[in-house]
Amino acid sequence: MKILSTFVACIVVLGCTAATPTNNGVYMLLDTSGTYRQELQKAQQIIRYTLSHLDAKDSFAVARIDTGSFSEKDIVAKTTFDDRPSTVNRQKRLFAEQIGDFVDGVQSSPYTDITGGLLQAVEFLNEKGTGNKTILIFSDLKEDLKDGYIRDISFDLDGFSIIALNVTKLRTDNVDPREYLTRLDNWQSRVEKFGGQWRVINDLDGLEGLL
Amino acid sequence: MEFLLSITPWPVISALLWIVLAVTTLYFARSSAHKAIRASAATLHQSLKFASRAVSRAESGLRERNRAVLLAAGRESKERIVEREFDRVNETVRKDLANYSALHRALSESIKRIEEDHQQAVDVPPDPPGWVKAVEAVANIDAREGRVRVGAVLSDIHKSLVKAHQEAMTMYREASAKRHALLRKMRPEWRNLQQTLGRIGKNVDSLLSRSVTIDRHMQEYEDIVKGEDRAVSILSSSSLVYFFVSMLVLCVAIGGATINFSLIARPMAEMVGGTNLIGGFRTADIAALVIILVEISMGLFLMESLRITRLFPVIGALPDKTRVRMVWITFSILFLLASVEAGLAYMREVLLHDELATSALLRGDDSQTLTGQYLWITTAAQMGMGFILPFALTFVAIPLETFVHSLRTVVGLAVIGLLRFISLSLRVAGNAFRYLGLLAENLYDLPLFIPLWLEERNSDGSAGKSSLRELAS
Repeated sequence: MKILSTFVACIVVLGCTAATPTNNGVYMLLDTSGTYRQELQKAQQIIRYTLSHLDAKDSFAVARIDTGSFSEKDIVAKTTFDDRPSTVNRQKRLFAEQIGDFVDGVQSSPYTDITGGLLQAVEFLNEKGTGNKTILIFSDLKEDLKDGYIRDISFDLDGFSIIALNVTKLRTDNVDPREYLTRLDNWQSRVEKFGGQWRVINDLDGLEGLL
Repeated sequence: MEFLLSITPWPVISALLWIVLAVTTLYFARSSAHKAIRASAATLHQSLKFASRAVSRAESGLRERNRAVLLAAGRESKERIVEREFDRVNETVRKDLANYSALHRALSESIKRIEEDHQQAVDVPPDPPGWVKAVEAVANIDAREGRVRVGAVLSDIHKSLVKAHQEAMTMYREASAKRHALLRKMRPEWRNLQQTLGRIGKNVDSLLSRSVTIDRHMQEYEDIVKGEDRAVSILSSSSLVYFFVSMLVLCVAIGGATINFSLIARPMAEMVGGTNLIGGFRTADIAALVIILVEISMGLFLMESLRITRLFPVIGALPDKTRVRMVWITFSILFLLASVEAGLAYMREVLLHDELATSALLRGDDSQTLTGQYLWITTAAQMGMGFILPFALTFVAIPLETFVHSLRTVVGLAVIGLLRFISLSLRVAGNAFRYLGLLAENLYDLPLFIPLWLEERNSDGSAGKSSLRELAS
């Protein structure tokens, strides 16, 4: 009887111990400025790939980068997957549909507020409290802020993994490649300064290590 | 080292001095050293010997216990077999020979009917025709006395004869037909008699063969009760065979349970959630496992209630009414669980297709995934497996019982073997230490060969002198 009660107690304790969350939180920023809008078909593929790799209890949000991206209004689609597999499948299909509609009807934005989007992503993922936090930036990383917007602020990126995807070379980069390299270095040092991990994936055929 | 060789200006001399010193010391300490070596070796030898004896005693105790367990198990098994044989004999006697009086009456009636029919079917010889004498009379008439009328008379007689003959033939045929009809009527009675006697003969043969079997089992039972070595040997080898066979069947059952688990674990996530954990394991997996374990438990109880296995004496000792109720209850629970499993298997198929469709959509693949007219085959197969496997797992109780019973003997045999090996090893080690002590003494004496030789020479000299003295006196 004693042994049985000890066993039951162990099971209860093991069951009730607050385990560290292991779910994934992914926030994807889509650059819709200028000519980069044409790249959104690729972004759609990445979103589908990400959706196929997410599971129950994971969170996923896709937001656009426009003039002022630090806003919930820029979130195109967001979801936290249910515990039941059938509902998860339904949510994934709905999400893919929403993204398809967005890509079909998106308008170019005149400015590119990547930092604002990043802040919004950090806020969203912290709120969700996921175990792994990943921010995907689908952009050429060329920030172009409207006058009066202040983005020279610090934020905590500890525990975040920031992945820049499809960082295309601009026309000016071709003239002077140092601009491109400097742009990447600046973002990397900025992310790492705030405690985040930085990665660049330009080959979209090799997305295996994305999540 | 240099210090040792530098006690004199000549290292060789120094070394020789050290050797002499060492040999002298060893020589004077020889007796004590020998005692110490001998005592150590003897201590180790005795300790290991005692340990070996203790292990041997434990082994023989275990062997006796194992023998007793084996004999008890064999006795119980034989009792069951003999009991079952007697039950069968009883059943045969009750079913076929209990109504022997009725059978006897039926046989007597049949025989009586046959006798009556036979009596009636006796062939009655036809009466000699009355007209023979008339013919003789006519034949004796002298032709000269009434020649004119004789032809007419003879003609009439001939006609009468033919007519009488025809009538007699008709009567005879009718009588024969009647007799044949009676004989035909006797035929089923004969057949019935033959069948009844055949059945009785078969039953008697069966009883005889059963009595031979019972005799054989009783002989074996007597051997077991007497505790004969032959019986123990047979039981031991049987136990090993049962152990391996039941283990093989249990492995197959584990395979079946694994398949069953994979059938229901996935859809179970739909009921209890796919990410909840209990003690590091997915709740859905635990729930699926619990369902399978409950099914196996129900199967065990069902088999116990049916008295096929005897793992739980409490169930076997229940009153028949309660036991039958238990049979129905366990069977109903098993049936419900099997139905749940069939439903879950169907759900698994639905989920699988949903997931495949979603994956195809996310891949941008427009082609349909495994949909078509043959899809129902896999669905039906999965549902069938989900329904059948719980009932199939019910029969795990039989090999499990055999495994549990034979495990006791097999573990006993293995432990006996291990103890025997330990005992032997300890004995070998004890003797090894004893001889190592002797070797150590001899090795100790090896550098002391010069003083020992001198000592031996002196002792020989003194012994010689003393013997001369003895001779002189």
